[in-house]
Amino acid sequence: MKTLNVNGESRQVDVADGTPLLWVIRENLAMTGTKFGCGEGLCGACTVHVNGVAVRSCQTSIDALEDGAKITTIEGLHPTNEHPLQLAWIEEQVPQCGYCQSRQIMQAAELLEINPSPTRAEIVEHMSGNLCRCMTYDRIVRAIEKAAG
Amino acid sequence: MNIQNSKKPNGLTRRAFLVRSSASTVVLSMGFGFVPELANAATDGVISPNMYFDLDSDGKVKVYVTKAEMGQHIGTALAQILAEELEVAWEDVSVEYVGYDPRYGFHFTAGSYSVNWTFDLMSRAGAAGRIALIEAAAEKLGGSTADYSVSKGLITGNGQSITYGELAAMGIEPRALDEDEMGAITLKSPDQRTIVGTSVQALDIPAKTRGEAKYAIDAMVDGMVYAMPVTAPVRAGATVKSVDDSAAKDMPGYIKHLIFSDPFGLQTGLVVVVADSYWTANQAAQKLVIDYDLGPNANVSLADIHAEGDRLLADRSAGSLFVNDGDVDTAMAAADQVIEAEFTTGPNLHMQLEPLNATVEIIDGVHHIHTGCQFQTALVGMLGALGITEDKIVIHQYLLGGGFGRRADPDEVFMAVLLAQELGTPVKFLYSREADLHTDFSRPAVNIKLMAGIKDGSIDAWDHLSASAWYFMRAAPANLTPDLSGDPENLIDVPTISGAEHWYTIPNQRILQFNNAVAQAATPPGVLRSVSAGCQCFAIESFIDEIAAVLDEDPADLRRRMLDGAGKNAGEGPSAGGALRLADSLNSVIERSGYGSEQPENTAIGLASVPSQERINAAWTACAANVTVDKATGEFKVNKLTITTEPGTIINPDGVKAQAMGSAMWGLSLAIKEDPKFENGNHVANNFDVYTPARMSDLPELDIEVVSTDNYPTGMGEPATTVVAPAIANAIFAACGARVRSLPITAAKVLAAMNA
Repeated sequence: MKTLNVNGESRQVDVADGTPLLWVIRENLAMTGTKFGCGEGLCGACTVHVNGVAVRSCQTSIDALEDGAKITTIEGLHPTNEHPLQLAWIEEQVPQCGYCQSRQIMQAAELLEINPSPTRAEIVEHMSGNLCRCMTYDRIVRAIEKAAG
Repeated sequence: MNIQNSKKPNGLTRRAFLVRSSASTVVLSMGFGFVPELANAATDGVISPNMYFDLDSDGKVKVYVTKAEMGQHIGTALAQILAEELEVAWEDVSVEYVGYDPRYGFHFTAGSYSVNWTFDLMSRAGAAGRIALIEAAAEKLGGSTADYSVSKGLITGNGQSITYGELAAMGIEPRALDEDEMGAITLKSPDQRTIVGTSVQALDIPAKTRGEAKYAIDAMVDGMVYAMPVTAPVRAGATVKSVDDSAAKDMPGYIKHLIFSDPFGLQTGLVVVVADSYWTANQAAQKLVIDYDLGPNANVSLADIHAEGDRLLADRSAGSLFVNDGDVDTAMAAADQVIEAEFTTGPNLHMQLEPLNATVEIIDGVHHIHTGCQFQTALVGMLGALGITEDKIVIHQYLLGGGFGRRADPDEVFMAVLLAQELGTPVKFLYSREADLHTDFSRPAVNIKLMAGIKDGSIDAWDHLSASAWYFMRAAPANLTPDLSGDPENLIDVPTISGAEHWYTIPNQRILQFNNAVAQAATPPGVLRSVSAGCQCFAIESFIDEIAAVLDEDPADLRRRMLDGAGKNAGEGPSAGGALRLADSLNSVIERSGYGSEQPENTAIGLASVPSQERINAAWTACAANVTVDKATGEFKVNKLTITTEPGTIINPDGVKAQAMGSAMWGLSLAIKEDPKFENGNHVANNFDVYTPARMSDLPELDIEVVSTDNYPTGMGEPATTVVAPAIANAIFAACGARVRSLPITAAKVLAAMNA
């Protein structure tokens, strides 16, 4: 039994040792905004924030999380879904199939926390681990630039 | 426990229900079947003037969409088409996706056909609704329909007005338009349109920024167990001899394993692990000891597939005749010079980001299927062959986390149905990335040999030979078509030769297609974004530049003088205007890219111009690729892609631009990033570390122009995919003289070709 702080709420989870955070979020907490893509930390579809840091939840064992660890998923990024990145994503009409997009936003949100005015090169450097199979990269860059103002 | 041979298709073969994919057949099958569905009385203030939309008492319109939503925003486009003729405010429009309903006919989403096949239908559905509502208004308010007009859901005339919403609240009398009346409706002219042709925001996007969009993988059913396939170490032909699960049995949550025998033979050598969570299934799978008979393909490599292709093309006797204009043999014999080149591609993979999955729950004998499917008609037919009738099937259609053609084969779905039947419990059948990859139906590897006979400085004869696995031979043999030889045994597989029939005017032209039996057995073929045209256009457009080099002519000029729109290249139907429209796109990229101007050292611009797909639904697309090559290493960088695409009438310019961007990046990814190595009967890659689609770091500068004309719309899901690889290959040749004739283009191949 472990207690996690998920999007500001205390949640108790009881799963087998070694279970990746991804499956805890999806199956045990029934929050499906975080996606399974590769299972090996290669595509970024499972990106969430753990204590403010973007991680691949498919590679983050529940064992590695301390009690009370602060987990933020796309559902908790902004109380009314109006994070500047979410608004920019709509303005720039970024998503196509959309399967990776919420995690692209989570990855970008970390970037803007660290670096509110990233250069294009810094955006590419930070985002290249997040695969978009529809390859909407051009619009992702534009949306991040727009959100950064 | 196993369910080997537990279900056999009862009498029906797959060919009995897989329908032809030719556009004409499909359009006929859809017809105006919605006319008798005209509803009258309001139910809860909602009326259904026809089955393509509902109207409620607030004037809100819900458009029913039968196409799979997988990134192309097709629901928005189809709703725009209907709303335009219905005359409602766009703000009042929403969409709902239909899982499966036979009233709508053929449920199939692929080939960039969606708008092409339904623009007229959805326009008339909207217009029929408008006519019925105006008639109802005249009935209620007095006078004739000619007295009334409508704008944004407000009908006015005779000094009175009534809204669509008010009519919905009151209910309207049934008014069926017959087929003649439907056909006689005059649709709006382009200058009258206010919704079609505008970049309204895609209706599916907001939920996708909030984590609220639902994909089949998100389906949750009470009491469901998780099942995961474990694949054999060869792609096709293995059988499972035995499974020892003793190491898994002690795992909490492990339920059982099954040896799965696919009644349709689509997949082979599968074991399915069942557990109380996906992770447990995944961990248990690694503890199974499985003994396989690896079957006949265990030693096949991509080199073997290409060697068989070489043999077929050299021998020529097994070819089927797809195009035969003029007299190629005589013209070749009379040629001043014959130029020849051979091109190859490998078995590329879909790797849609949502791994294959389906969730099935059987309630009172009814199969509730949660899926994101590109071909529900095929799925229902396959389930019918297994004895599950349509009244026992409810398909809950979800968004697709990418499709790209993979989910036109619903193998994971019927397997999930069989699992739910066998287990007697709801089941989520979810693939690992590895299992998804190793059960993929790849884009067939090809060998393409091209020959050109030159006479008096022009191409007088063109011989095109293409060998590959054939899609219909695997998926729908009834759809193989007779070739031009007159011998009924000689068949053509349209999906794997489309794109070969280019729009350049050449007096003598022949296309021969060959089935590569080694590839057919070892790499079961599928349809992948842009299908065959991605390979055929790479070869043709590369070869045009090779010929230009021999003729010492600018490749742009050689293209322009052959894109004259003469004879069959004048086009017809949606392709009317033909090659001249392609020339317009080519000229557009030449102008914008600076082609012909001085470039920095080792940098060059390469061109390609393609119809993208079949001649009946061409989208006229050209690309200028700006590439810099390091001559010492062969490393190269794609600096910029300048693209123009013209698919006729554009419904949503921004949506089309997004598709052009995505498909262009797909083209780049297939051209230089995705290397489908195949050895020992299997794909070498297991995941995105070895099979490596383009990342943001691969993004070049993009200049994409989409051009709308008054022609009937074709399609925009794929076209730019076909044009990028040859443009890059031609740029590399222009920069350093290296001609790379196989995909992907790599630094090693550039270096080798430079030194050749």
